[in-house]
Amino acid sequence: MATTIETPSGTGNARRLRDAENFDRSNVSELERSRTSTRIGLGIMTVLVIGLLAVISGGPLLWLAKSAVSTTEDIVQRPFELWPSGIQWSNLADAWNQIRIGQYLANTLWIAIGNWFFGLLVALTGGYGLAILKPRYAKIVNAGVLATLFIPGVVSLISLYLTVLDMPIIHLNLINTFWAVWLPAGASAFNLLLVSRFFANLPGDVIEAARIDGAGNFRIFASIVLPMSKPIIGVISLLTVVGAWKEFLWPLLVLPKAELQPLSVGLYKVAETAPQSLLLAGMFISVIIPVALFLIFQRYFLRSAGQAGATKG
Amino acid sequence: MTSTSEVSTSSTPTGPSVPRDTTGRVGRWVRRGGISTLIFFIPVLFTYGYFAWWPILRSLVLSLQKTNLVTEPKFVGLDNFTRVLADPLLGQATWNTVWFTILAMVIGFPVPVMFAVFVAELRRTRQIASVLAYIPVIIPPVVSVLLWKEFYNPEPHGIFNTIASWFGAGPFPWLQDGNSAMPSIVVQATWAGFGQTAIIYLAALMSIRAELYEAAEIDGAGIVRRAWHITLPQIRFVMLFMLLLQMIGTMQVFTEPTVMTGGGPENKTVTLLMLIYRYAFIQGDYGKATALSLILAVVLSIVSAIYLAATRKWSN
Repeated sequence: MATTIETPSGTGNARRLRDAENFDRSNVSELERSRTSTRIGLGIMTVLVIGLLAVISGGPLLWLAKSAVSTTEDIVQRPFELWPSGIQWSNLADAWNQIRIGQYLANTLWIAIGNWFFGLLVALTGGYGLAILKPRYAKIVNAGVLATLFIPGVVSLISLYLTVLDMPIIHLNLINTFWAVWLPAGASAFNLLLVSRFFANLPGDVIEAARIDGAGNFRIFASIVLPMSKPIIGVISLLTVVGAWKEFLWPLLVLPKAELQPLSVGLYKVAETAPQSLLLAGMFISVIIPVALFLIFQRYFLRSAGQAGATKG
Repeated sequence: MTSTSEVSTSSTPTGPSVPRDTTGRVGRWVRRGGISTLIFFIPVLFTYGYFAWWPILRSLVLSLQKTNLVTEPKFVGLDNFTRVLADPLLGQATWNTVWFTILAMVIGFPVPVMFAVFVAELRRTRQIASVLAYIPVIIPPVVSVLLWKEFYNPEPHGIFNTIASWFGAGPFPWLQDGNSAMPSIVVQATWAGFGQTAIIYLAALMSIRAELYEAAEIDGAGIVRRAWHITLPQIRFVMLFMLLLQMIGTMQVFTEPTVMTGGGPENKTVTLLMLIYRYAFIQGDYGKATALSLILAVVLSIVSAIYLAATRKWSN
């Protein structure tokens, strides 16, 4: 019976024993955790670290939220006071209309959706081809993909721009279209590598059995591989959407038309001229969506961030 | 079997067996799903062909050409490279970029390691600590830089100057002074990036086998000694790799200095990538810009190769 481990000194110990079952062992052992000195030390460190993090990470966000509904005068002259001249809700609406935050937000969403779609399309079909179908030319393609992972991105910045300006053979100019952002985003060696590693670890006998039963490549992809790849689809989705939200230099180059620019480029362009209060309101609007998504799916985000690093290593 | 020669001579009518052979070979390929396999490769071949492989090859040609998109490109030999090396701003931009990288290493490398080593000991508060650390990573870089630009307001009532005044210091011209501008940018960049690195270290720390700690504890090693002799050595491979990735990333820094200072004051924060951007999109000199980007890439590759070779012994 588990209850035989009676705890002499009340709930604190009972809770620690429960934790010992729920958490893997780290450096500090159970025995050490039961010592008062270690417990006090850990407790102080916890309060310090969480407190410091709350100020460092949460502080700027809260200040942004406060300033988004403050007057320019208050933001600049009295940055630490809470609305000395009253809350100015009109900032949010003004930013939405006057500095076109609504439009920038819509563009950002479009870019994120497109990057997500093409990122997934290339990574999933490519991963399937490289890890499961494995035709003879897969080795060459794989080497070519890996090579792009090791060549610094700066090499092709200018020539990529010129390629988008006038695509070889088909002679299309993608500048000032979202395709100029979507299509190059598909060529992410990192995503492709993540997916093909994941596919290589799928149970091969299931796929083999389906093949013997007469299922073709498409059938196996759609009804066996895709249903098993929900975790990796989640990871790639997060990486591409967050990545699209953060992109700056590339959209700055290929989307010179203001009506097409995403938030990152738009805010940079209006930063010099817009009134402070509207700029901060716009910045706040552009931050709450990713932060809200993160807080809702935090476990998922943190797991895929750690996973992405493990694959890099 | 000389099946290849049979296929290649199939256009000459030598008998009824040739077309049968051809269909046999192609037919077998089709029956085994050759076409559908190829279809699955189309997205990869298209995107990589157009947006990765072709641009890389084209860079090599472009660096030897004079191009301004108006007149026909003309081969000029190594002229672009000599013009880049003759640019008086190159030395300054190189130093600025190296300085940014050094500062980012000194500030940005130990902070996430220490954070992760400590947070790994937390139990019920670990998730809260991770979420808090990761919030800056979620904020788009341009917003984060503009926000910090606000904090770096040089007026006495600016945020950081108000905080400095609580300790009787300041006011400081954070971004307006040539000496403090770059460190100010690095502090912001570290703020924005340390959560990502910390989460990766944390994931590596959580996979350290418990037996190692147990054995060391039985041998009488204390908490600090175990952290030094087990925790850190166990994640040294991840640490070495992250350091290299951070270096490659910071050597190509663009967004932070562009949005924060635009390169000023007195070109003290112009980086190499900003120089490439200016050559191409302000001066319209694509050949010169490509030449500099190739130089930077080659230097990065050489440094990475030396780094990997030098640390090979240590990481195994």
